[in-house]
Amino acid sequence: MSKDWPLFEVFIRSKNGLEHRHMGSLHASDPEMAMENARDVYTRRQEGVSIWVVASTDITASNPKEYGELFEPAADKIYRHPTFYDLPDELKHI
Amino acid sequence: MNNLYTYLLMLGDNSMILGHRLSQLCGHGPNLETDIALTNISLDLYGQVRSYFQYAAKVSGNPANTEDSIAFLRYERQYLNGLLVEQPNTDFAFVILRQALFDIYHLYLLEALESSKDTQIAAIATKSIKEVKYHQRFSSSWVKRLGDGTEISHQKAQYALDTLHPYSFDLLNENAIEADMKEQGIGADLHIIKEKYQDTLKDLMVTSTLTLPDNTFAHKGGKEGVHSEHMGFILSDLQYMQRAYPNMQW
Repeated sequence: MSKDWPLFEVFIRSKNGLEHRHMGSLHASDPEMAMENARDVYTRRQEGVSIWVVASTDITASNPKEYGELFEPAADKIYRHPTFYDLPDELKHI
Repeated sequence: MNNLYTYLLMLGDNSMILGHRLSQLCGHGPNLETDIALTNISLDLYGQVRSYFQYAAKVSGNPANTEDSIAFLRYERQYLNGLLVEQPNTDFAFVILRQALFDIYHLYLLEALESSKDTQIAAIATKSIKEVKYHQRFSSSWVKRLGDGTEISHQKAQYALDTLHPYSFDLLNENAIEADMKEQGIGADLHIIKEKYQDTLKDLMVTSTLTLPDNTFAHKGGKEGVHSEHMGFILSDLQYMQRAYPNMQW
């Protein structure tokens, strides 16, 4: 058994209606403690109104070494951006 | 000295001395997360102290009294906190058990004070209660983890409980000032609080697999200003700046 507590990732929603954002990570022995620790470490200055914690080991991450095959092919496909349309002036919030 | 003033000191001194005990752990917590949690609790308690002492200065009838003079310039026998909160940070189990015992009492006390006839006390209670609900959640969950954790953590938690339990009674046993405040509708009824406290503590001990000591021996005297040997050391730390540099300000 490792002497250190497992790592958890912390996501905080700053205001109603906005999305949870990754704030950082912390150590805790279980999810309940992770929640309390997140409250104590990451919301001391009114940063949030909602907290998600998830064990870091439960996150499947892309491999930085595969950057080329994963992300570079999109670089020269600018036609995927919806920037070639003429928008009517009446259209707002785009 | 009027009874309201004395009662406010009793309320404020508990938060102040426990807040000081927790502040001694700043930077010395078992890990970063718990360190910050305990420091947060300390700051909550000090916030409450300011409200109590600002109000106490007002009702003291002596214009020379300020929240600072009340906090830093009394003699040991004039501090009226319970004996529990001055007990030392022997180890993490002591810190948690002391906190858990106090939080259970504190939460029921504030719930009762919310309906105090004194609107200022009621307002302080309403503001503090949210903080203290979290304190209790924090300390109770840790008591469960320690009690129901490993063999060593259980042993240490049980030892801390056995040692601290006799110091908890003097918070719960009503003295003359508290009886008078209760009669006037200002103070809380400690008889009711004591019953609730004992029920909640029993439940917590069951889920934590800890055993409440049968021994009902009770240390007493804190609320009358008769303290344990630790109090003098606390005050010499706490009062050092004001004694060395009278009237200094940040």
